[in-house]
Amino acid sequence: MSDAADQPVEDVANKVDEGALGAFASGVETSVDYPLQVEGLEKSFGGITAVDGASFEVEAGSLTGLIGPNGAGKSTTFNLITGMLKPDAGTVTFNGEDITGEEPHEIANRGMVRTFQIARELSEMTVLENMMLAPKHQRGETLWRSVMPGVRDDVREQEEELLERVWEVLDFFDIAHIAEEYAGNLSGGQRKLLEMARALLTDPDMLLLDEPFAGVNPTLEKKLLEHVHELREQGYTFLLVEHDMDLIMNNCEHVIVLHQGSVLTEGTPDEIRSNEEVIEAYLGGNV
Amino acid sequence: MSVRDDFTARIPGGDAGLIVLVLLATYLAYVLAGLVLGYTLRGQLNSIATLTFYIGVFAMLSLALNLHWGYTGLFNIGIVGFMAVGVYVTAIVTKPTYVAGGAAQVGGLGLPLWVGILAGMLAAALLGLVVALPALRLRADYLAIVTIAMSEIVRFSFLSGELQQFQLFGNRVGFGGGSGLILDFAPPLEALLRGVGLWNGYLGFVDAFQVLVPRNPKPVVDGLVYGLLLLGFVAAFYWLLKRTGESPFGRVLKAIREDEDVANALGKNTDRFKIKSFMLGCALMGLAGILWLVPQGAVTPNFFRPRVTFFVWIALIIGGAGSNTGSVLGGAVFAAVLYQGPRYFQNLVSAVFPNLDSPSGFGQAISPLISQFDPVPFLLYTVDSIRQLQLVVMGLVLIWLMHNRPEGMLGYRKETASVIPLSRPKSMAADGGSDDSVRTDGGVDSPAQGGETDE
Ligand SMILES: Nc1ncnc2c1ncn2[C@@H]1O[C@H](COP(=O)(O)OP(=O)(O)OP(=O)(O)O)[C@@H](O)[C@H]1O
Ligand SMILES: [Mg+2]
Repeated sequence: MSDAADQPVEDVANKVDEGALGAFASGVETSVDYPLQVEGLEKSFGGITAVDGASFEVEAGSLTGLIGPNGAGKSTTFNLITGMLKPDAGTVTFNGEDITGEEPHEIANRGMVRTFQIARELSEMTVLENMMLAPKHQRGETLWRSVMPGVRDDVREQEEELLERVWEVLDFFDIAHIAEEYAGNLSGGQRKLLEMARALLTDPDMLLLDEPFAGVNPTLEKKLLEHVHELREQGYTFLLVEHDMDLIMNNCEHVIVLHQGSVLTEGTPDEIRSNEEVIEAYLGGNV
Repeated sequence: MSVRDDFTARIPGGDAGLIVLVLLATYLAYVLAGLVLGYTLRGQLNSIATLTFYIGVFAMLSLALNLHWGYTGLFNIGIVGFMAVGVYVTAIVTKPTYVAGGAAQVGGLGLPLWVGILAGMLAAALLGLVVALPALRLRADYLAIVTIAMSEIVRFSFLSGELQQFQLFGNRVGFGGGSGLILDFAPPLEALLRGVGLWNGYLGFVDAFQVLVPRNPKPVVDGLVYGLLLLGFVAAFYWLLKRTGESPFGRVLKAIREDEDVANALGKNTDRFKIKSFMLGCALMGLAGILWLVPQGAVTPNFFRPRVTFFVWIALIIGGAGSNTGSVLGGAVFAAVLYQGPRYFQNLVSAVFPNLDSPSGFGQAISPLISQFDPVPFLLYTVDSIRQLQLVVMGLVLIWLMHNRPEGMLGYRKETASVIPLSRPKSMAADGGSDDSVRTDGGVDSPAQGGETDE
């Protein structure tokens, strides 16, 4: 699967031919059952130990929930997995390769992309520019290709292909009507939609979503969840951080409970629901 | 935003039209001022040439800075250091080799000027790399500290006695210390014209110019033609940076400016993009420095004080960071109003009131104001020292801009970072929702849609 990172963008763009939904199918047919494996991850900030020996695995093609009280270390775990922070100890394995300590862009190019708890849209860029940014390995990202007469025509050609795909994704997410708006002018929910759509355009195998439904109105939330399920059926793997227990229990097939930086327990939603420790952790954690 | 958009959209020729219009208005003002001053034709032509020269250099520098700050968010306050390195390296490469007893204390490598210019740009870019490598990975303000420190280190190095002369490839070369370097080689215009075989034709043209300027027309023509050459360079800078900005490369730069972590999380090697953008901008700053100083015939390190950097920043802020058209306009307005303007104003005042005697000291200027409420001596004194007050005036303009128009003349306008317009491709039918029917006919930005986002 690692060669997906080197997949030339032409191939990515060609998926447009398969139609809007086909564009997302990244063909996660892999012999590795657990694309993401986290082993003994540790991170402290000064005196605070945010992540304290967390170990878990995420199954391919699953929608796995990561829950825990506030400050349990969920976002920090995401930061450690995606290279935004360097762990003090522990390893992160993606598609069978050790990616601990790699740069965020390297990990993203391997096919694991995250969204942020607080949506980080690029506010002075339009929704379209935000989206056009995302596809990997664009020819015109090389300076001389973008500038040189003649060669720039290749870049233009690819831009046209990408643009079609971008509009398909905008339609899919129902945000085509705000396409030319500056991202900074979007509502909270629209920002979350934009983040998810943008992450998908990088053509990842796995998506890490940090509270994608926080501050999203229920109608929009339902729509987003439908999208997630559709994508999962196409082979995407999801790791989802969420505080809404009902949402987690009704949508995830596997749930990991993080408490004070380490995994308290994991299992099916039913197992988690009836777990005494979990109930205690949440009550003790002022939820 | 729509009102201002309309104002620029109404100008025929778009951005180029706007630039030409502003330039024409500026020249008209200068010619009128020249008429009041009773300039001869020669004087008028000279003043136009000087004005064009400064418009050219400040527009180039402001464009280069816009790549750093406007596009990538790189806070470079060491511009003058990159100019200095460009100029000095060009000088060392191009100066004729040392001969004992010649006028010049040190020689150079004696290579053609174009080699020198390329070497100067390369040196500026490499200096940019050296500065950027450690600083870019740290927080944004570190780059500011490192660049300004670098520009002063460069100046002191050129001033130092140690580097006054040294051996390079068996030639006696050097930076000449505090007394600087004589640039004893053909200036850019002559080198260019000789290079393309038009030198004799040019000399013929200069002779013909005697009809307009009878005595020694060469300096006048040189100045005018060099001004035109600089405007050509401005156009080339503009073209290059517009293409850079309106591309996937520029899109990543813009994303870095907005939120570097996001760009990184989307798989862009942001350090690489920042370094490329920084080096390109530094090379262009080096080139602008070369085109500014090489025709002067000599260069001293103390020209490269941080104030020049400050000038370029004002030019960019006037025009509006983020817009290439704005950068050119900012450079032009800065050169015409703040850089050359005060001198003109002073000449105008003394031409209109030739018999006024301005007080010779601050005390004499201020005492009538206090004792008799007579402001005239103070005003005269102010006008008389306007060139010293230039920096104060610039500071005031800067403060005013920050309060009233922080986005500059054109900064509100965002140039879309893509090779093609991003409206829905004609080949695609809109099926996303009812609103989309508006867009199928290639509808562009419609401000009315802003309302929908507030739900
Ligand atoms: N950059 C940082 N510097 C210092 N402390 C941090 C930093 N990031 C996180 N922490 C601390 O680490 C702990 C875990 O934080 P984290 O954001 O991972 O929790 P979380 O599980 O995502 O919580 P929430 O559900 O509220 O989002 C907290 O005590 C937090 O204060
Ligand atoms: Mg969190």
